[in-house]
Amino acid sequence: MAIPKVMGTEIEYGITVKNDRDFDPISSCVLLVNSYREDSTARILWDYDQENPLADARGFQVEGEKYTPNQQENIARNKTLANGARYYVDHAHPEYSCPEVTNARDLVIHEKAGERIVEQSRREANRVLPPGTQMLIYKNNSDRKGNSYGSHENYLMDRRTSFKQIVEHLMPFFVTRQVYSGAGKVGSENRAHPCDYQLSQRADFFETEVALDTMVKRPIINTRDEPHADREKYRRLHVIVGDANMSEFTIWLRNGVTALVLAMIEDGAIDRDVLLRDPVRGIKEVSHDAACKKELELVSGRRRTAVQLQGEYLEMAQRYVTSREVTPEQKELLVEWERVLTMLARDPMELRTEIDWVIKKALVESFMERKGLDWGSPQVQMLDLQYHDLRPDKGLYYVLERQGHVRRVVTDEEIERAVFHPPEDTRAYFRGGCLRRYGAEVFGVNWDSISFGIGDEPIKRVLMVEPLKGSKRHVEDLFTTSPTAAELVRNLRS
Amino acid sequence: MRIHSNHPRQSNQSLRFVAAAESQQQQKKGGDGGGDESGSSGKGGQKIAKKGEELKGEMDALIDEIDEVLEENAEEFVKNYVQRGGQ
Repeated sequence: MAIPKVMGTEIEYGITVKNDRDFDPISSCVLLVNSYREDSTARILWDYDQENPLADARGFQVEGEKYTPNQQENIARNKTLANGARYYVDHAHPEYSCPEVTNARDLVIHEKAGERIVEQSRREANRVLPPGTQMLIYKNNSDRKGNSYGSHENYLMDRRTSFKQIVEHLMPFFVTRQVYSGAGKVGSENRAHPCDYQLSQRADFFETEVALDTMVKRPIINTRDEPHADREKYRRLHVIVGDANMSEFTIWLRNGVTALVLAMIEDGAIDRDVLLRDPVRGIKEVSHDAACKKELELVSGRRRTAVQLQGEYLEMAQRYVTSREVTPEQKELLVEWERVLTMLARDPMELRTEIDWVIKKALVESFMERKGLDWGSPQVQMLDLQYHDLRPDKGLYYVLERQGHVRRVVTDEEIERAVFHPPEDTRAYFRGGCLRRYGAEVFGVNWDSISFGIGDEPIKRVLMVEPLKGSKRHVEDLFTTSPTAAELVRNLRS
Repeated sequence: MRIHSNHPRQSNQSLRFVAAAESQQQQKKGGDGGGDESGSSGKGGQKIAKKGEELKGEMDALIDEIDEVLEENAEEFVKNYVQRGGQ
């Protein structure tokens, strides 16, 4: 029986400072992240003891140096927020990792809350920049000059499911899901074939099938084995193959369908042979085919389009749900997934209010037609970039949203609430609650632990190895009976 | 797979964008899949022509707004947008 799909996203944003010839991405990131003020969490460390990005899911440890910053640098680069998220500087990009959620709709709410948090800190950061300069942030994945940055998803999985099974059943799914999860891109890069427009921001950057790397020779399936939970019971699938999406509907469908397929893998419900002969080539071919008609060759000798392959997963999913209880959201996902595939098969442009790459393509084509531009024109490239701009007044996605041209899945009120409040049904609730209530005494945080420095006593670390424990139901009474951190620690012991 | 037919086709290219919002509204209203595909002649045709003009107006307004907010000096801007590789 598949385990609940606790999930999250980790978005690296593009950053630049307009009119600043000496723009330095790292110091700009530090300024940005530190411009976001939540009083309670100003001096809390990110607990790197718990991190191990060099563990490989295929069962070995890769040699290399683990990054551990000194205390001052740690505080400058890491913010853990009262909504349970981590907001930090990752290399030369600001990154927002949303708190753990249990369903795709909550994922949309919290990923969108992240956009607002980053935008709020951008506005604050701009107050201290020299006149005439302006920091700008983009939720995209490429500068169109061969440099890419990631937008990762993570999903909790049962450790008993072999990694080999995951790779086999997931590869064709990941190569083809971009037909509805792509964020769209004008042109190509990284030595890929030239094209006017493609479905995915990231497809040009995938060079291998399976590996631990995330920054060079990127793999379609990443093997990082950091469960951030009980290692014996869980793995946490680290998905690096996705795009940074703006459309709420696209985010919802992307995470919801992927979680469902992962549950099917755990339950042995992928029973058709859909193995692709050349996934690395396939992922680029699918991305470069805006008509969605290109056929991929399967190992079995069959030929299928990406939409047809997704249709095979859909049919397996429809059969899968007949024999078990499904949530209302899963039912809705199946209906929408089917509708989207039907429209993609007929005419992808029918999805111009729902799927990011189609929304962007329709916008660009309308603009080109009105202005007499072509795909190579700088304004067209600007449209592509500015679709992802986080400024509410200038970001083109937000312009479309405001004018009712894109389908919403959640409300502004829900997003605003998630800026300050954690999800209530995962350990993020305990993490966020501790920061809000006992922020001054929280010493360090990681996904699966929180430690307290109370007076002169030794640091006390509370482990949270069960992602579903620490929910509101579990800890509300504990919070109520623990007005101070000392009492919390005492009550936890008893 | 079942085919849902509640999204009216839109072939008028210049209405590419707004037509979508429209078709989604219709979809929401329709709900049961009974899309209106009957308006190709007579009264219905006139209605569609009128609707088409409204949509074109909306569409022009949208493109105007986008044109207004689009970063000036696009060529230089996109040239200068260079990022360090991330994950």
